[in-house]
Amino acid sequence: MMPPRRRDHLEHYVNRAPWDPYHTEPLTAKQEAYYLASQWRIMWWKLRRHKLAMVSGAVLAFFYLSVLCVEVIAPYHQDTRHDAQIYTPPQQLRFFHNGEFIGPFVYGTRTEFDLQQRELVTTLDIDNPQQVRFFCSGDSYRFWGVIPMDVHLFCPAEGGTLFLLGTDQLGRDVLSRMIYAGRVSLTIGLVGVTISFSLGLLMGGLAGYYGGWVDNVINRIIEIFQSFPQLPLWMALSAALPPTWSPLLIYFGITIILGLVDWTGLARAVRSKLLSLREEDFATAAQLMGASPGRVIRRHLLPSFASHLIASATLSIPAMILGETALSYLGLGLSAPVVSLGVLLNDAQDINVVAIYPWLMAPVIPVIVIVLAFQFFGDGLRDAADPYK
Amino acid sequence: MLAYVARRILVMIPTLFAISVISFVIIQLPPGDFLTTMVNEQTSRGEGVDLARVQYLRELYGLDRPFAEQYLMWIGGVLQGDFGYSFEYRLPVSEVIGDSVMLTIVVTLATTLFIWAVAFPIGIYSATHQYSWGDYGLTFLGFLGLATPNFLLALVLIYFANVHFGTSIGGLMDDRFIDQPMSLAKALSILEHLWIPVIVIGTSGTAAMIRRLRANLLDELQKQYYVTAIAKGLSRRRALIKYPLRAALNPFIADIGSLLPELLSGATIVAVVLSLPTTGPILVHALESQDMYLAGSFVLLLAVMTVIGVLVSDLLLAVLDPRIRLGGRAGR
Repeated sequence: MMPPRRRDHLEHYVNRAPWDPYHTEPLTAKQEAYYLASQWRIMWWKLRRHKLAMVSGAVLAFFYLSVLCVEVIAPYHQDTRHDAQIYTPPQQLRFFHNGEFIGPFVYGTRTEFDLQQRELVTTLDIDNPQQVRFFCSGDSYRFWGVIPMDVHLFCPAEGGTLFLLGTDQLGRDVLSRMIYAGRVSLTIGLVGVTISFSLGLLMGGLAGYYGGWVDNVINRIIEIFQSFPQLPLWMALSAALPPTWSPLLIYFGITIILGLVDWTGLARAVRSKLLSLREEDFATAAQLMGASPGRVIRRHLLPSFASHLIASATLSIPAMILGETALSYLGLGLSAPVVSLGVLLNDAQDINVVAIYPWLMAPVIPVIVIVLAFQFFGDGLRDAADPYK
Repeated sequence: MLAYVARRILVMIPTLFAISVISFVIIQLPPGDFLTTMVNEQTSRGEGVDLARVQYLRELYGLDRPFAEQYLMWIGGVLQGDFGYSFEYRLPVSEVIGDSVMLTIVVTLATTLFIWAVAFPIGIYSATHQYSWGDYGLTFLGFLGLATPNFLLALVLIYFANVHFGTSIGGLMDDRFIDQPMSLAKALSILEHLWIPVIVIGTSGTAAMIRRLRANLLDELQKQYYVTAIAKGLSRRRALIKYPLRAALNPFIADIGSLLPELLSGATIVAVVLSLPTTGPILVHALESQDMYLAGSFVLLLAVMTVIGVLVSDLLLAVLDPRIRLGGRAGR
């Protein structure tokens, strides 16, 4: 016999409204954008929060943009000599002449050799302000080595001089030389890092993906390279460049040397990342579906640590720039007629010279600024490289 | 333990062999040799060349023999403590480099100690006071130290010392001690001059070490054993010193391996800037004049010093950390 039906039983209830699976936690537009954003977009957001890195990035962008048009920015050509203006101290940029605003100008200088004191004495001619001209014609040059031009962003007044950072022992404008030198020093880092990046990627990729004896051999090679102190090795290698080579060949020789010695760190990073990634399920799945090793590495593994690679490459650029600077400073790297920041600093090697003509130390400043900017920017990139953390 | 030491030393042998070959290849790379350079220079100056002497030297050092034979002669001598002959100084290489290698070791050791002494308290402070003003300030200082290239720092320092104090801070000892035999007064004089290169070379290493120690210690401080120890009523100081600090100490020893090449590199160029009588200036000069045995011996010695430093650090680490001794890996 069936038990009697309970009277207090609830009626069966059905909500006829359409079901919304997200009604418990509706996503705001912002959250939705976040969840749908690509990895690179999230990295960009994360990088943007790193104020110091953003500022450094802007500084670097400024420097590298200026590399594209050094001839225009520099008031003089790097080799223009002013025989009467040897070791002129920096001319201060002024705006007020006799209490009156007349725009940027400098006072002319005259340098004479004082026979009593036996030193160069510079006198200011404060009666005749020499106004700085903008977008004017000055020393002629070949823009990018091709187009003959003579336009400069700013140049001295007609018949006047404009040495904002003084001149060197041959009467060449230090500021202009620094701007030209920046082109060599900045690009050497990029070219060098390209070389070490490709080498590191290749060797690290081989070691990490194949493992076994390949890994062993490559690890030994890395170990041997790393037990040489970097700078003496660079020095020894660049001393081996034949002195008969043209400056351009020496330039490439130096970058290759910098890259050859530097790839080990990157190779290690690639290797350890690959070793952990290839055990992941998605890598195994790709393999099981018959993807070739090259495809697995390029299509599946590389994207997941490309950001790390870019960060570590950025962090190894300043080492290259410093390496070149150090080598040239020692006289083992680039040398005249090529100007790099290190070549310029070579003039500042003698402490007595520096004490009398301190403006020859000026090229130190861009080196430090560039290296700092790269460090901070690279650090920000590294933090942003893992956006899901 | 003994097996570990033996294995570690055995692994070193092929590395050392490869290093010696590479050193020799590098110094052989430039076209010509010291003798041809010398002969060219002297003839261009119109001086007579002692051809008999040149021929004698060439035969003595086998400069006209094939590469492998030259290498074997050189390495055979090195193994017996004979590093060859410096053409430039006209002295056996070991006499030219003896003092400077010693001084390089002194500078490097002092720098390592300096890095430890500075990084240790600062790293602990930064980790235990995370996100405090002190932490931020020290981190920023560390960043600056990491980013400022040390030879430029040396240049700037020399400049300011010269302008503001009118003194020259170069050198590693008072002039009167140069070429004197080692004595107490000389050692004191060296100590007096040592601090400038030590600080200059040590800044970047210190900054890196502080960051490492801070990160390691922060990791440890979040682990459960530490929380348990605190929960059970151990004082924070005691808990910190007793457990996490020990685990976080590894980088101090483990980093010798990566620190040494960096310090030696730094020491090389800083030595040129500050004109220290260490290996740097002599190496530069030897490379310029193709004084091959001198340059080669330097490159070799610097690399061997690194390898030995790494060995010492590995052994110390094994003594210190049973996880490594028993076959695991360091928690880097």
